[in-house]
Amino acid sequence: MELALLHPPTPLLKRLSWFDWLFAVIVASSGLFALSRFGEFMDPYEKGILLAAIPSVAAFGWFWKSFRPLFIIVGAVSLFAISQYQGNLARMDEAFFLKYLISSQAAIMWMCALFGLATVTYWAGLLTRSEFTMKTATAMTWSAVTLGFIGLMVRWYESYLIGADVGHIPVSNLYEVFVLFCLITAMLYLYYEARYQTRQMGAFVLLVISAAVGFILWYALDRGAHEIQPLVPALKSWWMKLHVPANFIGYGSFSISAMLGAAYLLAQRGILASRLPKLEVIDDVMYKSIAIGFAFFTIATILGAMWAAEAWGGYWSWDPKETWALIVWLNYAAWLHIRLVKGLRGPMLAWWALGGLIVTTFAFLGVNMFLSGLHSYGTL
Amino acid sequence: MFELLSSMRFAISLLSILAVASIIGTVLKQAEPYSNYLIQFGPFWFETYEKLGLYDVYHAAWFLVILTFLVVSTSVCIYRNAPNFAREMKSFRENVSEQSLNAFKHKHEAATAHAPAALAASAQHYLEGQGYKVRILPREEGVLLAAKAGSWNRLGYFLAHSAIVMICIGGLIDGNLVFKAQQLLGYKKIETRDIPQSQVPEISRLSPSNLSFRGSVQIPEGSSADVVFLNVANGYLVQDLPFTVALKQFRIEHYTTGQPKNFESDLEIFDRSGKKIREATIAVNHPLIQDGIAIYQASFADGGTRLSLRGWNLFAPTASPFPIEGTVHQNATLTSAAGDYTLEFTDFRPFNIENMGGDDATTASTMSVFGGSPVSDKKHLRNVGPSFQYKLRDTRGQAHEFSNYMLPLELDGRWYMMSGVRDAPNEAFRYIRMPLDADGNIETFMRLRGALLNPEWRHEIAANFARQALPSNASDPDIEGKLTNSAIQVLALFDKGGFQTLGQFIEDKVPAAEREKAAGTYLRILELTAFEALKIANRQARLPPPKVDDATGWLVRDTLNSLSDLFVYGAPIYLQLMHYDEVKASGLQLTRSPGKNVVYLGSFLLTLGVFFMLFVRERRVWLRIKPGHALLAMSSAKHTIDFEKEFAQHVQALDTLAR
Repeated sequence: MELALLHPPTPLLKRLSWFDWLFAVIVASSGLFALSRFGEFMDPYEKGILLAAIPSVAAFGWFWKSFRPLFIIVGAVSLFAISQYQGNLARMDEAFFLKYLISSQAAIMWMCALFGLATVTYWAGLLTRSEFTMKTATAMTWSAVTLGFIGLMVRWYESYLIGADVGHIPVSNLYEVFVLFCLITAMLYLYYEARYQTRQMGAFVLLVISAAVGFILWYALDRGAHEIQPLVPALKSWWMKLHVPANFIGYGSFSISAMLGAAYLLAQRGILASRLPKLEVIDDVMYKSIAIGFAFFTIATILGAMWAAEAWGGYWSWDPKETWALIVWLNYAAWLHIRLVKGLRGPMLAWWALGGLIVTTFAFLGVNMFLSGLHSYGTL
Repeated sequence: MFELLSSMRFAISLLSILAVASIIGTVLKQAEPYSNYLIQFGPFWFETYEKLGLYDVYHAAWFLVILTFLVVSTSVCIYRNAPNFAREMKSFRENVSEQSLNAFKHKHEAATAHAPAALAASAQHYLEGQGYKVRILPREEGVLLAAKAGSWNRLGYFLAHSAIVMICIGGLIDGNLVFKAQQLLGYKKIETRDIPQSQVPEISRLSPSNLSFRGSVQIPEGSSADVVFLNVANGYLVQDLPFTVALKQFRIEHYTTGQPKNFESDLEIFDRSGKKIREATIAVNHPLIQDGIAIYQASFADGGTRLSLRGWNLFAPTASPFPIEGTVHQNATLTSAAGDYTLEFTDFRPFNIENMGGDDATTASTMSVFGGSPVSDKKHLRNVGPSFQYKLRDTRGQAHEFSNYMLPLELDGRWYMMSGVRDAPNEAFRYIRMPLDADGNIETFMRLRGALLNPEWRHEIAANFARQALPSNASDPDIEGKLTNSAIQVLALFDKGGFQTLGQFIEDKVPAAEREKAAGTYLRILELTAFEALKIANRQARLPPPKVDDATGWLVRDTLNSLSDLFVYGAPIYLQLMHYDEVKASGLQLTRSPGKNVVYLGSFLLTLGVFFMLFVRERRVWLRIKPGHALLAMSSAKHTIDFEKEFAQHVQALDTLAR
């Protein structure tokens, strides 16, 4: 024990287990398989993104071990679903597994149900102080994430079955990105949950995911938004594969920080205080969340500007979406300045993080609802 | 002043003000035609808002002032902090006194049996393993070990903040500052008149050497352009290009559902002397760069499609059309007894994808979603063929706008020619439908219309009707005469204004209790006389008499409805599109933005800087070792949980090493 402490940390490559290496091999081979099998549908940039994704995903799995089984299960089940299709879209209503479990829409609906259950379970666990109930909630959240990713992967494949020219990555409209939002937010939360060894914050984070799930259900059932639509010409670009996910890491992180802001404010007033983690822990996760969110939101906005330079003829047009992205960025830049330079902590920043959710939600959703502009790809 | 500019409070205020100011431009639609704002706000607020620059917030002087303050504040902040930070990055802070180490919040003391040098060496080994840079300095009765890690955090600060300045400067280079200055000094002026580009005077033209611009131009197929137009405030500027762009062809590809899939333009670029430089195809997301100017596919429009039309004179008692030739974006004159009309052809569309299924087709049942079909059922979407739009302006300058489909549409199982009309651009088109005969032609409708409007035939029509109305064995000249007169009266009333005048007549003359019955009778008379009119019209045109069947019945009824609607159609003619020769135009955007690379470099540095600042933690450790005694102290700008953990680890390590 003492010796271990004194020794410098083992270099990364020596720390890797056989499973890490197996994982890397699986990632590499599935990436190369996708390249050989579907390469004809990709332009050089997309092939580049796929190749760059191989080491990134492998490294991410080494960094966050729980990601490895998720990746393997999602990949295996998605391939199984694809094989069930036999290249025929109509199999969706015939094949048992597709119809009830892993066609894209069925999987996404399972994801919605599981997120709803997880929310209730987290709260039950929080209120009864039951560790076992909390563990169940974590398992449900993991299952929801797994099914959600399977849903998106299968949806990607289904879009190509509708028509080779219709096929596209499922991050192209409001319905698809809401699913992505749920998944990314849940993954970020699950990472913090393991890192801080505390499940209590799940009750709060899952609330915002449940709200998104509510939106997904309304949007699909009332508006039929779950239909796969072909891409408008402006969206037919490899930039979409980078810009959209980066943005949603930002949105997801900001949402988590807002929910933790709410938890902080409640705990500080003595509400649920004995059930929630210490204020410092909540504060720390809130800060980390905003830091990650800010970094990725910066990248996403820059990627968006570069894409705009190619699609709209200018990297910055003061389009409502661009402007609101800037407003969100400025908001969290100010938050970080206060925290890092002034060293300020406490309720003021928690309120601010909570208020940030309003700004973020407006940028994400409100702009599409109330303002018109170039970036109107999802209307309500 | 210097203090204020670089203060954190000032910086945060600026960030907030910038955010709030940015909101204005997203709430109020920017760069609309000024007339729209005038209608929206009224003269007083229109002028106030104009003075405040609210129609182009992001280029308003006050907005630039905020941005300038941001740049200045950030620069001053860098200037003040950079030397200090650079020193900090290098420094091990070895001058720290034992006294001040004792005052640290994070400190730990341990007794040790090791010699100071030996303990320092093992501590150095340990700290270097943890990623620290270590320096050991001899001090009175022992040594001082000073270590630091995460210095790149400071570099991050420097990168991120210089990046902000770079991005703003790059943006300013690509902005319209130069023009603003020229305008202020009176060298340049915005053109507000609608005149041909070649007549725009030099004062409203920008030279090809202009540093940066973003303008657009529409080029019809087979034509070229050597200028682009920049929209500024309530007018425009003409930007001369260093080359000429010619459009060979513009293409739209469609998905099977009819949604547009791709827009492409085949371009040729010529230099000023007319020599071809290159040929290229551009598409959305795939611009062409020529001489540092990027050429984008931005929009499309009609480029002057030639239309061959048949004009039907709607209120003449004849049924013969006359030919008209027209070109989109051009005018034609129609001479009539009432004066000349101007025909302004405004648009042509080769496709019209219409929802023919109604809304009920899209209602998804709960089961269908859970059962799982993301495959959209778009069978109700249909291409209903070409249409063209025009305005008909009378001598007083009053105009109605029309939209006519070339092909007939099936509605309620019958086929119609559709013509839409509206009085203002913000209204929806109201459609009249003209029924087609069994051969799919509009001629029968026109013939019947002519016959009904012909006063010379009216008596014969009415008489025929009266004869037919009475059973052949009960002919009574008296009743027949009365019926004839009634029919003439009904026809004359209908001729004045359709069902409207007929209804008005009934309301004026018939007691309330009997109106419904009278209306039924009149309608019946009208339908039967119309059938007689059709017989006569066919005979006159040397055509076989109309068949007595349901189809003819519907044709007659639809004709009467349509005729009645023609009184509010707003035009004395109907234009039927027979042939067209489509010419498309491609809307291009041309941009020169030398600041782009500065902005991109700034963005890259910003990303690096943000990562260093947020994810590299700067920490310092000191170990003051005297014989038998070691004092550990640790500091960081940010006291996070991670920091506490690390300190605890160092404490444990020291205890172990010191033992």
